[in-house]
Amino acid sequence: MTALLEAVNITKQFPGTLALDHVNVELKAGEIHAIMGENGAGKSTLMKILAGVHSPDAGEIRFEGRPITIANPHEALQYGINIVYQELSLVPALTVAENIYPGRLPTNIFGMVRYPTLFRNTTQMLSQLNVAVEARTRVEALSIANQQLVEITKAISSNCKVLILDEPTSALTDYEADILLAFLRRLADNGVGILYISHKLNEIFALADRITVLRDGKYVGTKNTSDVTPDEIVRMMVGRDLGHMYPPKSQQVGDVLLEVQNFRLHGASQCNSFKLHKGEILGFAGLIGSGRTELARAVFGAEPHAEGRVILNGSPVHIQSPKKAIKLGIGYLPEDRKAAGLFLEMSLKWNVEATVIQDVSAIGFVSAPKERELAEQYIRTLNISTPSIEQEVQRLSGGNQQKALVAKWLSIQPKILIVDEPTRGIDVGAKREIHFLLRSLAESGVGVIMISSELPEILGMSDHVLVMHEGSIVAEYSAAEATEEKIVRSASGQPAKIEVDTEISKIEVN
Amino acid sequence: METTTLMRKPLMERFSLKNITGSLLQLLLQIARAREFSLVIMLILIGCGLHLYTGEFFHSFGKEMERAAKNGRLISELDSRLSYAIDEGRFFTEANLRAVGLGFAASAIMVFGMTAALVSGGFDLSVGSVYALGGVVVAMALRDGHSVGTAIIYGVGVGVLAGAVNGLLITWAKINPFIATLGMLGIARGLGLVLTKGTPVTVAFEDFPSFVDPLGQGVTKGFPNLIIIGIGTIIIGDILMRHSARFRQIYYVGGNEEAARLSGINVRRVKIGVYVLSGMLAALAGVLSVSRFTVADPGAATGEELRVIAACIIGGCSLRGGKGTVLGGLLGLIFVALINNAMILTKVPVYYQQLTMGVVLLLAVGLDTLGQHWAEIKTTVRHWWFRSKNLVNHLASGDLFTDSKSKPS
Repeated sequence: MTALLEAVNITKQFPGTLALDHVNVELKAGEIHAIMGENGAGKSTLMKILAGVHSPDAGEIRFEGRPITIANPHEALQYGINIVYQELSLVPALTVAENIYPGRLPTNIFGMVRYPTLFRNTTQMLSQLNVAVEARTRVEALSIANQQLVEITKAISSNCKVLILDEPTSALTDYEADILLAFLRRLADNGVGILYISHKLNEIFALADRITVLRDGKYVGTKNTSDVTPDEIVRMMVGRDLGHMYPPKSQQVGDVLLEVQNFRLHGASQCNSFKLHKGEILGFAGLIGSGRTELARAVFGAEPHAEGRVILNGSPVHIQSPKKAIKLGIGYLPEDRKAAGLFLEMSLKWNVEATVIQDVSAIGFVSAPKERELAEQYIRTLNISTPSIEQEVQRLSGGNQQKALVAKWLSIQPKILIVDEPTRGIDVGAKREIHFLLRSLAESGVGVIMISSELPEILGMSDHVLVMHEGSIVAEYSAAEATEEKIVRSASGQPAKIEVDTEISKIEVN
Repeated sequence: METTTLMRKPLMERFSLKNITGSLLQLLLQIARAREFSLVIMLILIGCGLHLYTGEFFHSFGKEMERAAKNGRLISELDSRLSYAIDEGRFFTEANLRAVGLGFAASAIMVFGMTAALVSGGFDLSVGSVYALGGVVVAMALRDGHSVGTAIIYGVGVGVLAGAVNGLLITWAKINPFIATLGMLGIARGLGLVLTKGTPVTVAFEDFPSFVDPLGQGVTKGFPNLIIIGIGTIIIGDILMRHSARFRQIYYVGGNEEAARLSGINVRRVKIGVYVLSGMLAALAGVLSVSRFTVADPGAATGEELRVIAACIIGGCSLRGGKGTVLGGLLGLIFVALINNAMILTKVPVYYQQLTMGVVLLLAVGLDTLGQHWAEIKTTVRHWWFRSKNLVNHLASGDLFTDSKSKPS
């Protein structure tokens, strides 16, 4: 039987990175095919190529055996290839029916919508698919899970042969996810081919027929779900040498510097506690959206927290704003340097002194020699390549922008530095420099909390690793204990022991 | 650590002649690139042009010059005309400059507050109304027998209050600055009308000499006090915005609000402060205008907010925030005032004033954007230039249908 949709040797180059390197995927009709890989493995890029958002640099896409080119999302739709993104694209104020049929609303001769027909058609379609949603309800009144179902119904309401789903259950509770998964199973039984991206191992083992694993943009392999164990998949997803990207770790850590006790965020049910020692790099691992950033921002005072205590150097402190945190010597390097870190249209000088503007001033006025001295000091120590301190930071390279951001936080002489994805989107050289810089900071007695979605970085840098999953810290490893497999397993919500097999078989029996 | 030990440039190299001339050149370039510089140049040009025009320099210029050239007296004719024009020109005269200066002195005070609001990423639409309300309040307080000092405090205080409400609405109720200050525009204007029942309140000179004389109509060493106060506010404002650590926070907030917050800046306090400043200065301008005209009109300065915003934008402010200077705003204001003055002097019908102002605003902003995208435009133009040249070559050589790339070289 020929495959419904085939991607052969797909290669895609983005400026600076090879996102996909000769990747192969084959999807049969009626099959649920999971695509797995770490963050940045190229899953999303592959999906976007199949949906016509990007076009591949090399390789071939075959549809029902014929080679095709998909120039844009519209063409993909004409082949019956539909994609549902993680972010929903429904209009909340309109009814379910209007959301399912945008642009194809039945109209009378005056161009007015024939609502009775619309609602009748929609109700019929929803009942065929066993979706328990009223056609006349406004979308904003639905639960996220039902919105997800409406979104999928919308995708398959026209000619749909291939359905691509990007982490559809990331916002759902277990119960809601079960409804969605059952729905997908029924769709597949009707002959639709489903490509399914998810990080959740147990979900995939319960649902998918086959699994394709990508790593660093490369094709690793495709397995029948019945032939493999979660362990084997995890092993396929990780495993590469760390090289000399990382400085040697420190031999001993000092006293407890920061202690966070029973810390609970607004709207969360879990409490988290952790300790940070002097001279230690504490790595926070986990999937994107696992709550690491939220926890860090709350500790820094950028978000309010519901309850919990923060103890700094043995005395409890109440950090209600970033201003207070900075006063206490805590710095926070946000993950999105352009949106939350830098003043892009301002000079390097202004960016570096933003946190210490009072310190470079005398009697309330900014002192030009002091600010020049400060900026030049960090250009030297961080090796920022810039024509002058007056250069707008948006004209610097990504690595130098990141260094400017680091400089802004070093200028407060931090005792604790929280760095969130410190090396995202920068070149290898700058990455290495930032790694060595963080280590030298730690050696000078600073406590560093490093959030990173790159496992090698977590393993290469951390003296201690905490793993978060769905808002809570689920595992803790010392540098010696931590392995990629253990972290991946904890991050995707698997128990740390080898009870995995029995867990899976239970789900399959259900 | 290897990353932190970096070679320091030798001292000699850092202070070499080349470096010093280089940084001097850079400084000059920076000045030349600033919006203020081009505005000053344009102001001087317009001023000189107007002076010569009103000195009848251009009066039947071509005919006279032709005759002079025939007689071989071109230079001396030009010279006598020029000296006559310089003597007789009506632009650089005390009376005209004073009229222009008094015309924009009140607006200049508001420019400081508006620049701060624009730099913080918002704007204040209520300044015109608060100006009128401040005037009405001070006039009524004086009429009710309060001392001059108390009356002024009431007048300015009303502006502070309006600004504080604006700031609270924007920061705590999270209402968009456009809507919040538009609401205040209506409320302040309406309050003025309610208080006066629509009739102007007079503050006659003979009744309140201690209010009118030192402020609105007083003259110190030949300069009207109003102009001194306006220029003084601008200078103080410009220095504060450029050099004060507190006011620098406004730029950070406007440049990237989230980054500013994470850098330990109290964004709410900065924003409230900005609107308080703007309201206070608007009311102060209103108080001063009452002391100049000796009458508080609740309908005064309608539409002034847009003129002030336009002046600030011409002077280099950006609606996206993070950018702009007080001096630039003042120059923008003078620019618009001069163009209006020019139209009066050249007897262009008054109906053209608004139209011209609109054109000037679009030109100033348009040219600036054009400059920013200049490289892009250049490549596009070059691209099409080469394409058309290629096409012409092809047509000339007759091989239009062969691709030049596929030809063997």
